[in-house]
Amino acid sequence: MKNKFLSIMFILSLALMTACSNSDTEKAEAPEGANEPETTKVDRTDLILATTTSTQDSGLLDELIPMFEEENPYKVKTIAVGTGQALEMGVKGEADTLLTHAPASEKELVDNEDVLNYQQVMYNDFVVVGPTADPAGVKGLSTTEAFAKIFESQSVFVSRGDDSGTHKKELQLWEEASLTPSENEAYLETGQGMGNSLQVAAEKQGYILTDRATYLAQKDTLGEFEVLVEGDDNLLNIYHVMEVNPEKSDMINVEGAKAFVEFMIDEDTQSTIAEFGVEEYGEPLFFLFE
Amino acid sequence: MRMDLLIEGLKKAIELILAGDPIIAEITLRTLKVSLTAIIISMIVGIPAGMVLGLVQFPGRRLILALVNIGMGLPPVVAGLWITLLLWRSGPLGEYSLLYSETAIVLAQTLVSLPIITALTATAFQQISEKMILQVKALGATRLQLVWILMKECKLAILAAIIAGFGRVIAEVGAAMMVGGNISGQTRILTTSIVMEVSKGNFDIALALSFILMTLAFLITFCLTYLQQRKRSNE
Repeated sequence: MKNKFLSIMFILSLALMTACSNSDTEKAEAPEGANEPETTKVDRTDLILATTTSTQDSGLLDELIPMFEEENPYKVKTIAVGTGQALEMGVKGEADTLLTHAPASEKELVDNEDVLNYQQVMYNDFVVVGPTADPAGVKGLSTTEAFAKIFESQSVFVSRGDDSGTHKKELQLWEEASLTPSENEAYLETGQGMGNSLQVAAEKQGYILTDRATYLAQKDTLGEFEVLVEGDDNLLNIYHVMEVNPEKSDMINVEGAKAFVEFMIDEDTQSTIAEFGVEEYGEPLFFLFE
Repeated sequence: MRMDLLIEGLKKAIELILAGDPIIAEITLRTLKVSLTAIIISMIVGIPAGMVLGLVQFPGRRLILALVNIGMGLPPVVAGLWITLLLWRSGPLGEYSLLYSETAIVLAQTLVSLPIITALTATAFQQISEKMILQVKALGATRLQLVWILMKECKLAILAAIIAGFGRVIAEVGAAMMVGGNISGQTRILTTSIVMEVSKGNFDIALALSFILMTLAFLITFCLTYLQQRKRSNE
């Protein structure tokens, strides 16, 4: 009897604990915003940022978001998904602001006025990486030639296959080479993020198109793997930030989205972006527009 | 080489725990808080519901039992998808802004653990013989006393149901990723950070986190089992 009583008390106290800690955090958050010296009270503090996996996997957002939250009364909810899904969240009004890297698809949203205040943030480049042994012999070729060689030799090529910015770029490159990648039996679609897909490529000794930032961040875990094709004009990877049109949903945090876009193109932020990665990888992961 | 990774991971786990890394501590505490809340809600709803399903005959009972049994196999990502659609800004509960919050994870986890607890509790109560119920009633027990005695009779099975439900909840990742969004400092729990660290290529941290998760699961399951078995030896 006593044991039962004790265990019930234990469970109840746990329940109370969780309930209390819930309200504690809520209480604690409210005054924080109010104490901010220069900011006025805001109705909506949650700010949903839909972005690509590369900005999270490279560690850039871990640096920028705390900076933004310190200067502004908003709590950023970063949802790192493929660019395709991020843009779709914008169209549906499920996000407040977007940071993506698929200019061709983004243009549709801009034209349809799904998004406003469309701003260039930074760029880096895509590279084709593959096993150092380079079975298809693509090293130093142009992108189109390299893709053709990979296709002809029926070498393993790992595709994201997830409608992300990188996947869109890859499909565009196959199209430019006038090839249908699925006719290559060794063409794999992972449906996963950049990091996971790189791991698959390394394990299968295949070629893969990746953004340079994610590749540099993961280089050490990939083994005998290296950059084979780079520097081509069509490998440019441009990131844009934008606000979701407030007409999409009456729950959109208009002020927050505006503040975020302004933050991303602010001088301080831009210099942080330019310096990001230099210390750890010896070269920057993202570059600024002059 | 892979062995190295395991040992490295274990080392890193011990390092992280000893160093009392505030972020790891926060993620671990959030995992505990979310999973325990989900399991407690499932118990509060599931045990009485299972009792009714197991003891009371009413029309439609078999259908409900079948549905609950099917619910035991509900894939967490499906639960996650349903909860997402429900909580979308454009969804029926959109105005509460619950998506990408701890509450959303609790909801999804409750959805997968509730059927387990309900179904296993119902099975336990179905096994009680009619004669025993008659006997207890004949001894003049009130309704409440009857419920209490029957619950005592079934406590082994009820605790087993709680253990099974808890195992499901603490291991769950698909739904937590989808409805929680793995947001740093807000909805990041152990399982979702393991997925993220793997995708970042940080296998040592991922392994370290997996050791913490396993230790947590082990400790809680151990306590529950101890509770289950000790009470047995008391009688």
